[in-house]
Order: sequence, then C-alpha cells, then structure tokens
Amino acid sequence: MSGFDLSFLSRRRALIAGAGALSTLIVRPARATTETMQAAIHAFSHGAPIRQGRLKLDIPPLVENGNSVPLVITVDSPMTEKDFVKAVAVFNERNPQPNIATFHLGPRSGRAFISTRIRLGDSQTIMAIAQLSDGTLWSGSAELIVTLPACVEN
Amino acid sequence: MARVLINVPPKAKRGEVIEIKTLISHPMETGYRPKGDGTFFPRDIIQTFVCTLDGEEIFRADLHPAIAANPFIAFTTVARESGLLVFSWTDDRGEVQTEQAKLVVE
Repeated sequence: MSGFDLSFLSRRRALIAGAGALSTLIVRPARATTETMQAAIHAFSHGAPIRQGRLKLDIPPLVENGNSVPLVITVDSPMTEKDFVKAVAVFNERNPQPNIATFHLGPRSGRAFISTRIRLGDSQTIMAIAQLSDGTLWSGSAELIVTLPACVEN
Repeated sequence: MARVLINVPPKAKRGEVIEIKTLISHPMETGYRPKGDGTFFPRDIIQTFVCTLDGEEIFRADLHPAIAANPFIAFTTVARESGLLVFSWTDDRGEVQTEQAKLVVE
C-alpha cells in the first residue's frame, strides 16, 4: 500500500511539475515578444512617462488577411504652431520586429491623421504613441484577431 | 521605375486641410520569406517616405517590414499657397523614386 501511495504522490508531483513547465513554456515566448515591444517603445520614449488617451487607432477587430490591414491613426490635437503632434510611432508585439512605422508631423499637417496598411503575423495588440510638441507622450492601442496571418505562405 | 499613384485634390481653398494619398508598387520584401531551399528572400523595403512642398518638409515616415507590400500612405496638410509637392521613396537598395504633383490653392 505504501508503495502505491508513494507512486501516486510522485505521479502527482510529476503532473504538477509538468503543468508548471508547460505554463512557463506557454507564457515565456509571449512575454519575450512583449518585452521587445517595450524595448522599442523605450527607444522612442527615452523612458518618459506615457499617458493613455488622445490617440485613436482605427483598425478592424477581425482581420481575414494579415498581409494588408488598414490602419487609421488620429490624435486629438489642435495642430497649431504652439500645440501640435511631432511624431506618431506604431508598435506590435507578435511580428518578427516590434516596429511598424514612425510618422513625423508638424503644424503644417492641419490634422493629426495618418492612414496606411500594415502586415501582421498573428492576432495581437497594436500600440501607437504620439509625441506632442510639449514633450508629452500619449498612447492608444487596439487588439485584433488575424485569421490568416502574414508571412505564412511562400 | 515603380508605378506610383498620387491623389491630391485638384483645387483647395486657402486654409483648408487637404488629404494627400500615395500608393507605390513595391514588394516590401521582409527578409523573413523562405525561398524553399533553407534560405530567405533578401530584405528589400522602403525605409523612408518624404513629402515636401516647395522644398519645405510637410510629412515624413520611417517604415519597417510590418508595412504592407505596395505601401499606401495618406496624410493631411494645410493648403496655404499653391506650390509643387515632391514625394520621394527610398528603399534598402538605395533607389530613390521621386514624383511631383501640383497643389493649386485659390
């Protein structure tokens, strides 16, 4: 009986250890890529605080083809000589590289508006950060599901 | 020479905010696409896009492989004076494509 108990315990232990190993296996890659995105964001912000708001990402929540995803970015800014958006950088967490694009605007832009098409390798969160003329940073993000990711066909 | 489509409103009122749309045919090869023999197609993407009006920069974009093939970029500007818009795209091979369009302000 004691032998059976022991084997049961060890099996349970093995199961727990296995589950632990599995969860780290699942969690680690996602965390790593999010870290590369954080590193890319840090390179853009130079560690300055980023506040949420003012920036809006217009992107379909469900995408069939990841090779060409329409993206529209608007920032709530008067775009005057004294108060305007200097730059907008867009980041992703699941593509091979975290950067998507950086757009440089100025008071001549009239409106803080950019429209483009991007490529996404997986369902993920897209984040954009606007750098204003007063030095403050504002972020917006959008989560989306990609059914046919880019970079899979040859 | 790659094919380029540029859309600028034919006429703009002074002070009006106009939208400029650009599309260039370019493969935007990411460098991650396998050839099938264990190697990859070499990376070739457009790195920068710049738009100037009479020599003054009004819009610039730094692009990465996550931009879709045949990059489409639309942006806005305030129509102050008539002038010449110059668009230029620079890719990994150092090739620069330049196109022009007239901005007519009444």
